[in-house]
Amino acid sequence: MRTADPVATVVGFARTLRFAGVEVTTDRIQCMVAALDQLGVARAEDVYWAGRLTLCSGPDDIRRFDQAFAAYFHGERPALPRIPIKAAAAMTLDPARQDSAADADDARSAVAVSASDREVLRHRDVALLTRAERDEVRRLIALLDPVGPSRRSRRFAAAHRGPIDAHRTVRHLLRGGGEPARLLRHARRRRPRRLVLLIDVSGSMEPYADALLRFAHAAAHRRGGTEVFTIGTRLTRISRELRRRDADPALAAVARAVPDWSGGTRLGELLRAFLDRWGQRGVARGAVVVLASDGWERGDPRVLADQMARLHRLAHRVVWVNPHRGRPGFAPLTAGMAAALPHVDEFVSGHSLAAYEELAVVLAGRERPKRV
Amino acid sequence: MGERVRNVDSPGGLAERLDATGYLVDTGLATAVFLALRMGRPLFLEGEAGVGKTALAHALATLLDVPLIRLQCYEGIEASQALYDWDFPRQLLHLRAAEASGRYDAEQLESELYDRRFLLARPLLQAIETGDAVLLVDEVDRADDEFEAFLLEVLSEFTISIPEIGTVRADTPPVVVVTSNRTREVHDALKRRCIYHWLDHPEHDREVAIIRCRLPEASERLAAGIASAVRRLRGQDLLKPPGVAESLDWARALLELGVHEFDPDAAAASLGAVLKYHEDAERVRANGFGGG
Repeated sequence: MRTADPVATVVGFARTLRFAGVEVTTDRIQCMVAALDQLGVARAEDVYWAGRLTLCSGPDDIRRFDQAFAAYFHGERPALPRIPIKAAAAMTLDPARQDSAADADDARSAVAVSASDREVLRHRDVALLTRAERDEVRRLIALLDPVGPSRRSRRFAAAHRGPIDAHRTVRHLLRGGGEPARLLRHARRRRPRRLVLLIDVSGSMEPYADALLRFAHAAAHRRGGTEVFTIGTRLTRISRELRRRDADPALAAVARAVPDWSGGTRLGELLRAFLDRWGQRGVARGAVVVLASDGWERGDPRVLADQMARLHRLAHRVVWVNPHRGRPGFAPLTAGMAAALPHVDEFVSGHSLAAYEELAVVLAGRERPKRV
Repeated sequence: MGERVRNVDSPGGLAERLDATGYLVDTGLATAVFLALRMGRPLFLEGEAGVGKTALAHALATLLDVPLIRLQCYEGIEASQALYDWDFPRQLLHLRAAEASGRYDAEQLESELYDRRFLLARPLLQAIETGDAVLLVDEVDRADDEFEAFLLEVLSEFTISIPEIGTVRADTPPVVVVTSNRTREVHDALKRRCIYHWLDHPEHDREVAIIRCRLPEASERLAAGIASAVRRLRGQDLLKPPGVAESLDWARALLELGVHEFDPDAAAASLGAVLKYHEDAERVRANGFGGG
């Protein structure tokens, strides 16, 4: 240790670690100090484990911890992650930084959108909206309610018909001094299926990323347990960032978390990464999985086809959202799209508010038998 | 058990004693267990299936010479299955018997009815009542959020209040091991109260040692052959990379086949012991064990 006071050292290290992206709370710091108290500070190995065991809460944290530890205690500079310099300018996630060019030629931006305009607006491509229109569309997306199909849960709830609820019946009996009484019944509850959204944030999807992420935010708040990931050159889980209540701060947090805005796409490889790390373990099992991408694949389309087949076997339903589908004369000609389509249950467009409404309906749609 | 815990003076000493029970640990895991014991916090183990999370709880129970109480989590698990339940049929019988013998002292009857003997202790209550025990909360990721919140409450206080009886408090809190396969993210609030350890696949030498420790009849060469083959399989980008449990199964299978030295043909024949996906088996058969 560099200083005589281990507590000061730990607090300094915690700050470094927080900067590296691990959520370090005060009680965790106390826990590390208590651990050091047990192990002593003489050996670097003990200090390492005392920190790692008390400050980390997942495999992602461990990587960051190792880097921060090396930097703080050994003075090594970690390889800097690619900083998304373009991010703030390219994305319109942060309402404070709207692209001013769009505003300049938009004289009506202050005028509120009237009801009849709204109908027109529903079918406009979100990539081509003025600022006021975009605000209105954002507000309407937040109102969408994509509550999807349900499944029978393992939990029971009191019901009028169904099997006899022995617990409640006997408790009822006891209350009446053991006199035989009415039989009470229960039935399995229904729970909504998990919704998983994979959103392509590569360059070709850039105009639609904002609207899609807002849709994901609305979905995550209507339906607990929703998982959202972005795909581009890397897979990023943003479920935690989207948990914020208001859409704007949530999307600003997403903008900070995602390192690969507007890059290329390696759909197949990233889908595999998703299935390996999350999907197969349980996240995709029996879930409704939505993939929002235009299918521009830089990698091998065969990988994508294999992984789509795997996803289709795990998921309850696979929905592909392609914003370019809404354009006149669209044909799914990109290699990735062609490879993926045989393994998709629903293929919808995602370019306008009307399309998002349709998507919400598709997600809420009746359960139908899975294609084999 | 407080005594026994204090006897453990360092992670190194603990590792030796765990080795003696047949569970081989590395520095990280030894430190994690040491801290969990000394700081009285639950140990939260996460990792791939088959890396030995549940086995650690068994080894700890053997080491401390206390019973292992296991709570297997599943979706829809309720408090009445984890905590306690009243034995309704027996309560009813008691009521009927009292009635038949003509006793009608309502107050006495009521206090009898909610006596401790009509209470069925489920794993969590059992562990708290026993105190001297290892409580294994297995695969907590399979339970739902509601249950997690409830578990958090029990694990932070080690008290359970039963309205009809009163509060049950643990004299010595049990040693708690919580495991998760990470089928979903467990809430931070629960992890924060625990010592968190991510269990990885063991290194080659340790895996050889584990195989030989668990299966003394396996030769050094067989164990080494299996360990390096499994290591290559893990690098081959399979749907389900084999864990330690699978290496042990494989070693057992090869021993059953009368193989005492690793040979690729016998290995290919018994591939079903290691790989549980058709695609994985196909791929390995095509590439051979040497690939990757």
